[in-house]
Amino acid sequence: MTSAATTAPRSDAPPVRRASLATTLGRLILPVYTGLVVLYMLLPILVMAAFGFNDTEGRFNFVWHGFTLENWLNVFSRYPALNEALINSLIVATVSTVLATTLGVLMGLALTRYEFRGRGPLNLLIFLPIATPEIVLGASLLALFVSAEISRNLTTIIIAHIMFNLSYVVVTVRARFAAFDRSLEEAAMDLGADEWTTFRKVTFPLIFPGIMAAALLAFALSIDDFVITQFTSGQTSTFPLWVYGASRIGVPPQVNVMGTIIFLIALVGMGLWVLVQRRDRLRSAPGATDR
Amino acid sequence: MGWLRRHRSIIPYLFLLPGGLWLIVFFVLPLLTTLSVSLQEGSLGSGYRLTFNFAIFPESIMRWNEQFVRSLQYGLIVTILTMLIGYPMAYTIAFRGGRYKSALLLLVIMPFFTSFIIRTISWKFILADEGFVLGTLKDWGVLDPSFRLLATPMAVISGITYNFLPFVVLPLYVALERIDPKLIEAANDLYATRRQAFLKVTLPLSMPGVFAASLLSFIPAVGDYLNAELLGSRQTTMIGNVIQRLFLVNNDYPQASALSLVLMVGILVSIFIYMRVLRGQELGT
Repeated sequence: MTSAATTAPRSDAPPVRRASLATTLGRLILPVYTGLVVLYMLLPILVMAAFGFNDTEGRFNFVWHGFTLENWLNVFSRYPALNEALINSLIVATVSTVLATTLGVLMGLALTRYEFRGRGPLNLLIFLPIATPEIVLGASLLALFVSAEISRNLTTIIIAHIMFNLSYVVVTVRARFAAFDRSLEEAAMDLGADEWTTFRKVTFPLIFPGIMAAALLAFALSIDDFVITQFTSGQTSTFPLWVYGASRIGVPPQVNVMGTIIFLIALVGMGLWVLVQRRDRLRSAPGATDR
Repeated sequence: MGWLRRHRSIIPYLFLLPGGLWLIVFFVLPLLTTLSVSLQEGSLGSGYRLTFNFAIFPESIMRWNEQFVRSLQYGLIVTILTMLIGYPMAYTIAFRGGRYKSALLLLVIMPFFTSFIIRTISWKFILADEGFVLGTLKDWGVLDPSFRLLATPMAVISGITYNFLPFVVLPLYVALERIDPKLIEAANDLYATRRQAFLKVTLPLSMPGVFAASLLSFIPAVGDYLNAELLGSRQTTMIGNVIQRLFLVNNDYPQASALSLVLMVGILVSIFIYMRVLRGQELGT
């Protein structure tokens, strides 16, 4: 429609009918290319999932020996240390997500809703951890812990994760908070709501999706972190650290199974999140006139 | 509460205090410690003494020169590759995605649902000399039996490229999505060819995304050591591998601290120059 409208006044435009096979093929290039890139992105995940069903003995999961469900059945009983590592990962991710999100949301609120001095240095303080390679963050924390003679364990891992998650949370929520329409709060106050009620009934429900997005990002970054964790863990193991250690001798298929389970949980979680957001949007669209 | 109401101006500082303190204690202080450790001499057994050994910086740059240059090279190649692969993809999702936009974006972030380390080990497995890809091609006689990908620079570079591709596609998509299609239509109305419209309208308007995306791939790529370790060989050692080994295996804290500071300053300086160049270009056009 638009192309016809735009080519019509052009005297030197080629006749529309000539745009046949070549154009059709040309139109297909980008979608086909995108499909290939998606395939490339998913290939290692497919390989991981497939070799979780490999009927192999012990840790040598390199050649296909036939299909089995054995690894799925004994996934949580074959390597107790792997379970422990996975539990550690979940603890670190949960605690660091809750704390980093809380601290980050407070900072985001201050940055978008209040006037204060020292905004420039503060922005730098928030931006620098993102612009610093992970290895430098991990190494400098190790230097601090060694110098202060702090023994490294689950707590030091959590401290480190809160640190690198904090900046990502602030950046994520700041963008959402900045788009917030303050006149909605004024309307609530005009209608007699006090500050606390306004926050509870208007502000919080509106900023909540942004907070959730930041928390999901923090959780994903934390549970998958390898570099900073390696430097701050001491003898404690997490899921990525265990897999890395195992990769020197051979990664057992149970790791593939756990990887597949985590992948599926993340996928279902993501799907639910999308559904909830869509429902909220549908609900709030006609709701604007109801209220 | 009453006191707070009277001193409203203090609220933002209260909000900023816990997070700000956290970043100061666990980001700034560690960097200062790193600086102090790098200027010390001694060993883990006999203890360290602050000797203001500034010579360690030029010395370590000279000594690990090869690894620094290699990391920089790999970082640049990876950034260019991710951009070349990611830009057309982000463009397709933004302008041709239609109703499949969210689904396509979900596919882009799907690698994040699997551990970074498992994905890299998966690549090791896919690229293995007698693995199902190279092994099959060798059986068919397409490839020479001595051909290998693992332990080559190509394996390391493609591993890093794979890891950071989603980080590039997302900001590029956001930037492209923001462009008003009417501007491109206007260019077409003014007799621009599709190529001209892209070069004069779409590409310049997507530059903020290109900037963010290139930093998001360059910074982690330069500091990466997992790909070099799992997919590479002694000839592909990057500066991250050296820092990791010195810190965690050799316990040579001063040397390792000096190297990580050089890496950080190097990256910040390149970002600064890059911002300058990019801004200069924007002013020029």
